[in-house]
Amino acid sequence: MAGQVKSIKEIPREELFAPGHRLCAGCGIPPLVRIVLKAVPGPKVVVTATGCLEVATTIFPYTSWRVPWVHNAFENAAATASGIEAAFRILEKKRGIKRPKIIVFGGDGGTFDIGLQALSGALERGHDMIYICYDNEAYMNTGIQRSGATPRGAATTTSPAGRVIPGKMERKKDLLGIAIAHGVRYAATLNPAFPVDMYNKIVKAASVEGPTVLHYLCPCPTGWRFDPSRTIEVARLAVMTRMWPLYEYEDGRYRITVMVKKPRPIEDYIKLQGRFRHLLQPENKWVLDQLRRDVEEFWERLVRLASASE
Amino acid sequence: MAAVTRVKGQRRVGMTGDEAVAYAVKQADVDVIAAYPITPQTIIVERLAEYVNNGELNAAFIPVESEHSALSTCVGASLAGARVFTATASQGLALMYEILWIASSMRTTIVMALANRALSAPINIHCSHDDAYAARDTGWIQFFAENVQEAYDLTIQAFKIAEDKRVLLPTIINLDGFILSHSLEGLYVLSDDDVRKFLPPKEPVNPIDVERPMTYGPLALYDYYYEFKRAQAEAMKNSYPVILEVFKEYERISGRRYAPVKEYGMEDAEVAMVILGSSAGTARYVARRMRERGEKVGVLSLTLYRPFPEKEIVERLRGVKAAIIMDRSYSFGSPGAQLFMDIAAALYNEGERPLLINAIYGLGGRDLTPDQVEAAFRAAFEAAKTGVVKERELWLGVR
Repeated sequence: MAGQVKSIKEIPREELFAPGHRLCAGCGIPPLVRIVLKAVPGPKVVVTATGCLEVATTIFPYTSWRVPWVHNAFENAAATASGIEAAFRILEKKRGIKRPKIIVFGGDGGTFDIGLQALSGALERGHDMIYICYDNEAYMNTGIQRSGATPRGAATTTSPAGRVIPGKMERKKDLLGIAIAHGVRYAATLNPAFPVDMYNKIVKAASVEGPTVLHYLCPCPTGWRFDPSRTIEVARLAVMTRMWPLYEYEDGRYRITVMVKKPRPIEDYIKLQGRFRHLLQPENKWVLDQLRRDVEEFWERLVRLASASE
Repeated sequence: MAAVTRVKGQRRVGMTGDEAVAYAVKQADVDVIAAYPITPQTIIVERLAEYVNNGELNAAFIPVESEHSALSTCVGASLAGARVFTATASQGLALMYEILWIASSMRTTIVMALANRALSAPINIHCSHDDAYAARDTGWIQFFAENVQEAYDLTIQAFKIAEDKRVLLPTIINLDGFILSHSLEGLYVLSDDDVRKFLPPKEPVNPIDVERPMTYGPLALYDYYYEFKRAQAEAMKNSYPVILEVFKEYERISGRRYAPVKEYGMEDAEVAMVILGSSAGTARYVARRMRERGEKVGVLSLTLYRPFPEKEIVERLRGVKAAIIMDRSYSFGSPGAQLFMDIAAALYNEGERPLLINAIYGLGGRDLTPDQVEAAFRAAFEAAKTGVVKERELWLGVR
């Protein structure tokens, strides 16, 4: 497809996301934003939900954004983007103003939980936008509280690893399943350890007229408690353990874009992160086993969907 | 509003309040409408959807999934440079509440019709002014219509005021739920041409522009937030002369004179009633009867509620011995209901000021009867005579 790349060296150098922002060292957000702004061609407007990305990049009077950027509130990024998209569509007709592509960034709190209704409405109405969830698997901006995206077993400040209840007891929501059920034409998972895969998926999403949803694993050294120098390693292990399958859904067909034939044990991913450390204790083995079953079940479902698409 | 005068090019039509608002929005050639159904507003957006789907209005009609998203969508559209309209009532306004503050602070120019309806619980679909009052502190300009003609006229004027470069504030037109929203009245409507001349396409200030990238809705802490709020306070104050200017210009094309405050019998009134919305007519009807009997009563009704026409009210109440402040809502645990507190605050520093009585009326759509209005005037006469307010809070017509 036009615009896709074979190696990271082909990715454009122009940076529309300026340095000097105040995201944490090792944060997974900047690699996402930089690549998105390179991969989406032409004029673009970014909408961002309240969250880490918003607070750390627009501290008045400074901004990291070299494109028009709008923040309204926490739960309404998709609705705000709907208004911008619809306005440009009608202004294009009435006054010949060129319509930009609308890109939305929301964290997992702003997407899985409080913003899910607004997202559902925007997807159903079919606004032309790329909705990207940067999923760091908890409310990191307010101090690491559990969200509907927090994986089973993870310790957060509202799902602490207690003596009776060892971390979050519920499985993670299937965001892309929800998006796909709305009839979106394209949806995909992203991971910063696979920048070429990520870039090409964004290019694809940008080529679709209508809503698309991208789901990005956003390692968070602060909330997950790992060494900030190991962000990419942690991200890669998420894929290699099948904790974070890389796949895409396109017009009814599923495709696993990074096939993991021989997965590493999930312990390899878990032992690097403080949020999961308690799962390695013998008395919590049952939680680890459940998490492993979650991962296996999802992977098997995905393999079935992908093979049925062939 | 002054007596309706016939001006060339206007048509006499019969419409409900909701239909009249929708017709005004169509004539305003709005670009984006985002709304969610709620009684008694729904007819407004139903008509607008018909206009759009029949090709009579070239606009994007966005049938959002909640009022929260309705206003959020309007914020995005307004920032993009569009002329934007929404409508809601009661629970819908409550659901929008968070975004009301953002819409005004981001200096959007959204125009909203609020078909005033009581807040739950118990759930009720009829008129109270709870919703208008709930938006009182959020930085929106607010008008109250007394009849269908005013709902139409104020809607057209609201766009011009909101979008004026000296203002840039979102604006609400209140119309009493059912009493105005669903009542068929005769009104004069302007020609499309006259409206277009009065209200040319929006010239947005700093709209989203890919050639001039800007950051909208940043984080500002204790080092800048304060100044944002001060600037917003100035904008609200600055809107007042613009509102007067727009009223004048509108009078020239329509023959209908608008003012922040309407008065009846105030030139020599000993007691006065201050009121919002459609009940002003009932108040004037009773006042007229009482004046025929030689009783010096007057009525002040507010067309403009925010910015509060403080000076006008203080001036009109000068020489009045006692005033009844009518509230179609209640502020639990407060020293009086909402309009009462506004007027008490406005009068406090005046040397000469009337005694004030707060009358609660009509909650949840209960009729305000002439007898109740007269009883309220009697209480004011009693206070004027004795110099003492026996009961500061009256509940008119409650069982």
